[in-house]
Amino acid sequence: MHKMRSLFAVPYALWLLLFVFAPVVLILGYSFMDINGHFTLANYQAFFSSSNYLLLTLNSFWYALLITASTLLLGYPAAYFLTRLKHRDFWLLLVILPTWISLLLKAYAFIGIFGIHGGVNQFLNLFGIPAKQILFTNFSFVFVSAYIELPFMIMPIYNSLVEIDQSLVFASYDLGANKRQTFTKVIWPLSLSGVNSGIQAIFIPSLSLFMLTRLIGGNRVITLGTAIEEHFLITQNWGMGATIGVVLIIVMLLVMSLTRERKGDGSR
Amino acid sequence: MKKLRALLLGIVLIIAVLGAGIWQLQRKSGMSGAKTVNIYNWGDYLDPALIKKFEKETGYKVNYDTFDSNEAMYTKIKQGGTAYDIAVPSDYMTQKMIKDHLVKKISHAKLKGLDNIGSAYLNLPFDPHNRYSVPYFWGTLGIIYNDKYYQESDVDHWAKLWDPKFAHQIMFIDGAREYLGVGLSTFGYSLNTTEHAKLLQATAKLKQLGPNIKAIAADEIKMYMADEEGRVAVEYSGEASEMMAENSHLHYVIPNEGTNVWFDNIVIPKSVQNKKGAYAFINFMLRPDNAAQNTRYIGYSTPNKRALKMLPSSVRNDRAFYPSKAQLRKMEVYEDLGAQKLQEYNDLYLELKMKR
Repeated sequence: MHKMRSLFAVPYALWLLLFVFAPVVLILGYSFMDINGHFTLANYQAFFSSSNYLLLTLNSFWYALLITASTLLLGYPAAYFLTRLKHRDFWLLLVILPTWISLLLKAYAFIGIFGIHGGVNQFLNLFGIPAKQILFTNFSFVFVSAYIELPFMIMPIYNSLVEIDQSLVFASYDLGANKRQTFTKVIWPLSLSGVNSGIQAIFIPSLSLFMLTRLIGGNRVITLGTAIEEHFLITQNWGMGATIGVVLIIVMLLVMSLTRERKGDGSR
Repeated sequence: MKKLRALLLGIVLIIAVLGAGIWQLQRKSGMSGAKTVNIYNWGDYLDPALIKKFEKETGYKVNYDTFDSNEAMYTKIKQGGTAYDIAVPSDYMTQKMIKDHLVKKISHAKLKGLDNIGSAYLNLPFDPHNRYSVPYFWGTLGIIYNDKYYQESDVDHWAKLWDPKFAHQIMFIDGAREYLGVGLSTFGYSLNTTEHAKLLQATAKLKQLGPNIKAIAADEIKMYMADEEGRVAVEYSGEASEMMAENSHLHYVIPNEGTNVWFDNIVIPKSVQNKKGAYAFINFMLRPDNAAQNTRYIGYSTPNKRALKMLPSSVRNDRAFYPSKAQLRKMEVYEDLGAQKLQEYNDLYLELKMKR
């Protein structure tokens, strides 16, 4: 029986080895190579001594934070009200529906909406407000990214909210807590696990968004993703690209471990 | 559980039906593996009607794969694991691929119609005597403007882009060589400059261009300009002609300081599986009627002089797309500057992009 069980594990082990560990090891290996394939530490030195790269890192963090914060701000109340609705499944479907559409298509749709002659500006024109430049601004970049990521924030929060035993909420009221206290002392702590996975699901990919930075941001917002793309595709300096990748991976691990710690506190 | 099983069963069923359909279709048209020609080309860079015509004439099946940058194409072919019979690199990339032994020699004995190509487009420095490549299209980098907002005299020099009237208006093609090239041109330096001091000088100058740049983008510029989201753009001539076909207010100008002239070439990559098919395709594209049809569809400038004769005189005599000899003399082809210099260009470019 035990043998059988370890046999079942083989595909998963292979999968992890081939598609998780091997690429990470490859990236790590490349990050110690210069253009000619010789061992070097120069890539890391270049990264940490260049104000450009540090500024890029700061930029990436700042925008990832903005995107995560806005999705949380919009997503939590949305998830909360979803749990209160009559036809939950239907509304949930509406939330998930946009994720079925290609990211590229959604980005192009926003180009149409935000353009000088687009829907938003035409609407503003009705009230005599002259056309504004909305595309290629930091605002439009954060807005579109947040829109695209929003379902990934709502889903986990919704799931954790649904799991909360309603009798706990009633107990809280019975014991004299008001609405606000019930929320901060009972509902919020119990939904923290959902918030954590939402943050992880959004913050990490947001660090390396690069297609949206070009399409919606007009390369006004530059993140680490842009730099990685450039190093792998244009300058062919895979070492430097991999170094940025390694830095990103380390950052992701940090974020994961930070959010995990909080989860421990929540279930205490 | 029952629902789930039904859903999964449904998905499997759809896959099976579609798969069988495709298999049936492929069998019907009598296509087998040995009779395919794998073409690796830029997106939307070959009239689909010509692919059909080629398939009908020769019986080969065409697999058309696309890339969006020379470098992406280079990386994919260098990595191996591909079976492309035809690729279409630009000039400097052709040079680099020859240097790195990624392309096969082309036997001129097997070519039909190389003499259709104008002599000005043969024997260029990136591939002397065309041992490895056959010209496909050529063009320039220039400025597109919308005549509702500006006129030709506003953009006839690169240096005029710095004018405050363009504040937050210019769309720029996303490329380090192109961006720094504009800076270098304003000083009269070569587009292939490698001196660090000159590059820094160009960068300093370009920093002042920052406030005038609306966006740095790629293919999307076409759409933005046609929709009048942008009023002026620095773009390639071919892209410009597509925009102009959609919006008659757009015009293309080659600035007086001179500019980059580029050549895209058909090569046979190392990965070739079907050499006969590759030659058949090259010869097919060299035929004047096909080259003319392709030119009408793509809108780039054709190096095929016989094809050019078949195009309307309004196209042939358009100095923006078929510039005079005097204009051509001021233009430069990008050379492969080597990895180190390319890195330097891109580092400076990244800095310019970031601190706008």
